[in-house]
Amino acid sequence: MKSIAELEKIQRESLTKVNIRRIKQGKNTIGSEESFNTEDGVRSHVLVCAGTGCTSSKSLEILKKLEKEIEKYNLKDEIKIVKTGCFGFCEAGPIIVVYPEGTFYSHIKVEDVEKITEEHLLNGNIVKDLLFKGSIKEDEIVPINEVDFYKKQKRMALRNCGLINPEDVKEYIALDGYKALAKALSEMTPEEVIEEVKNSGLRGRGGGGFPTGLKWGFTANAVDDEKYVACNADEGDPGAFMDRSILEGDPHSLIEAMAIAGYAVGAELGYVYVRAEYPIAVERLQIAIDQAREIELLGKNIFGTDFNFDMEIRLGAGAFVCGEETALINSIEGKRGMPRPRPPFPANKGIFNKPTLLNNVETYANVPEIILKGAEWFANIGTERSKGTKVFALGGKINNTGLLEVPMGTTLRDVIYEVGGGIPKNKDFKAVQTGGPSGGCIPSDYLDTAIDYDNLIELGSMMGSGGMIVMDEDNCMVDIARFFLDFTVEESCGKCTPCREGTKRMLELLDKITSGEGEMEDIDKLESLANTIKSSSLCGLGQTAPNPVLSTLKYFRHEYEAHVKEKTCPAGNCQDLLTYFITDGCKGCTLCAKACPVNAISGKTKTQHIINTEICIKCGACMEKCPFDAIIKK
Amino acid sequence: MDKSYLSDENFKKLDKLIQSNKERKGALMPVLHEAQHIFGCLSLEVQQRISEKMKIPLSEIYGVVTFYSQFTLQPKGKYTIGVCLGTACYVRGSQAIIDKISEITGVEVGKTSKDGKFTLEATRCIGACGLAPVISINDEVYGKLTPDDIPGILEKY
Repeated sequence: MKSIAELEKIQRESLTKVNIRRIKQGKNTIGSEESFNTEDGVRSHVLVCAGTGCTSSKSLEILKKLEKEIEKYNLKDEIKIVKTGCFGFCEAGPIIVVYPEGTFYSHIKVEDVEKITEEHLLNGNIVKDLLFKGSIKEDEIVPINEVDFYKKQKRMALRNCGLINPEDVKEYIALDGYKALAKALSEMTPEEVIEEVKNSGLRGRGGGGFPTGLKWGFTANAVDDEKYVACNADEGDPGAFMDRSILEGDPHSLIEAMAIAGYAVGAELGYVYVRAEYPIAVERLQIAIDQAREIELLGKNIFGTDFNFDMEIRLGAGAFVCGEETALINSIEGKRGMPRPRPPFPANKGIFNKPTLLNNVETYANVPEIILKGAEWFANIGTERSKGTKVFALGGKINNTGLLEVPMGTTLRDVIYEVGGGIPKNKDFKAVQTGGPSGGCIPSDYLDTAIDYDNLIELGSMMGSGGMIVMDEDNCMVDIARFFLDFTVEESCGKCTPCREGTKRMLELLDKITSGEGEMEDIDKLESLANTIKSSSLCGLGQTAPNPVLSTLKYFRHEYEAHVKEKTCPAGNCQDLLTYFITDGCKGCTLCAKACPVNAISGKTKTQHIINTEICIKCGACMEKCPFDAIIKK
Repeated sequence: MDKSYLSDENFKKLDKLIQSNKERKGALMPVLHEAQHIFGCLSLEVQQRISEKMKIPLSEIYGVVTFYSQFTLQPKGKYTIGVCLGTACYVRGSQAIIDKISEITGVEVGKTSKDGKFTLEATRCIGACGLAPVISINDEVYGKLTPDDIPGILEKY
């Protein structure tokens, strides 16, 4: 693209094509304030989620069926079907949203499509029984943005996810896309761009929370003939999928941000390191890169300036440690993904030993907004030391599983109960795990903590990339700690001894405790080992690996002690410490006795059965089969 | 073991692939990904050819291949069953799912069945946490599972 005027022209032309999706967006309105316009004659847009979650429950088949139905009723000129990225509300998937009303259909099956087409799209009557339940409030149907899950959110990094077609650059441009790049290139010096990012208070969203502007400054100041910008999209924390969602739902925001970063630090090539487990994200990002090249938003002399920038995707191959910045750099270079000692930091010696700026996807996604709306606007959101918003992937024992974005400073309680809709089956909240294998478990006493980087660290956890796994009374905290250690042991790269050997010994101790062989001194050993590993490991993986153990020891020591002293698992989770019983709810149907692989269950038909605990191998087959829930374990 | 995947045709594809990556810096990882796609695995013969053509010591290539869990030295079964053991799935009971699959197919985690039909893998989070617990069989994903769903699913294959 040779000039900004060209960009503005595309925006004007495309805006009329997406405006219909904003009419009832109310406070979620994004972009400039032009009025809704139906010039192209389309009266309705049907958005179908094609994120990984919904795709896994057949949303692409739904999309095809929808296209067929529209064809059948000859509605092609009036109704536009849009394949979008993730809406974030994965629990409700597959999701269809109809604009301009903002009608929110949830849990859609292929066979529901006919009904929606005929009743809603053809005759204009909303199909009430397919609506998301929460979108009926006091007998009125509310649009998607007023549903509880979305109401408390502030979507900045996810601003376009579930709103635009990620495979159409024009839709991105319609909603102010590439305007920030245009502004940076035409009105700002690289120093001013860095100053703006510094003043915004943006901190790294990938884990550590390092001030982004400082990083940009370091890389800009490094002197070399070649520099790189890179994006860490190796989202390995189990349960976190915000980076994938941005790549799938709004890939151009990353391209734009990386180009801005390239301009700021003086780099002409950007690497995106994506995990190979994200095929849809990789595909969409590649499409986006190709489109940006085609209209010359990537390439030589962008907007007629002397700034050149291009991008390349590099795939991971299933190594968690590659999320660590120096390991990631080694992997891009084609080596084993093992961390390097720092210093030198990547800002001075990064990819191919050249100065490299490395940020995470969500961090980048915030940049265009900051450049466009100003540092001050951004710094007004959030808390004293953590600015802006944060995306969390809420999972585990929670009603509204999904991705959400809230201002920094929102309390854990608001996230879990207001946005997340609380815990299923009316069970009690026990803890929330933040920060993945590097983080810790936060118990109910701290639910009213305002979420920011520093508060979470104070509680012995961390923000991490934003995974948030909710646990209820049935989750054993020792077992959870064991689960994470199991993960770290397998993912430890083996380079440094504390992590390679230490985490293994920790896992052995945890195995010992959860199988009922533990002694009290094991708990002390575990704690001292954890502290040693924390202080002596080479990279972030090892330094944070003991956190799940340390935080559960801090808040749930009594559970460890119960496993050791009483040889019981209070949560009823650790198989070796459980005994199965049949209660008087037993009707004597004999199903359990038939299911038992070792014939440990005896009893006559229509009388209460008994489990011989000496023979029982605790496989749980009886419990699965019992139609009366009469078998318990404790 | 069947070595039919080491065909001349596949090696030709590999040579072409390496040729097209000649100018690329740090091209080993992308080449390995593609090579695995061509051959189905990165057996020693494949690594040797990459080593010769890219002028990278075999030991270094072997080091890289064995470091990353997605690279495999042996061909996989016709169907790869991946059971997600990410946190969200684990909390919602994916261990019971993996046990059930193992019981039915007789395949241990990380192994391939004798007839070459199934490979069972415990995978990292595949990001479909909203559907936990999930399994994937080749490209097909099944979510919100209980152990009782497993026999029905496996019957399809």
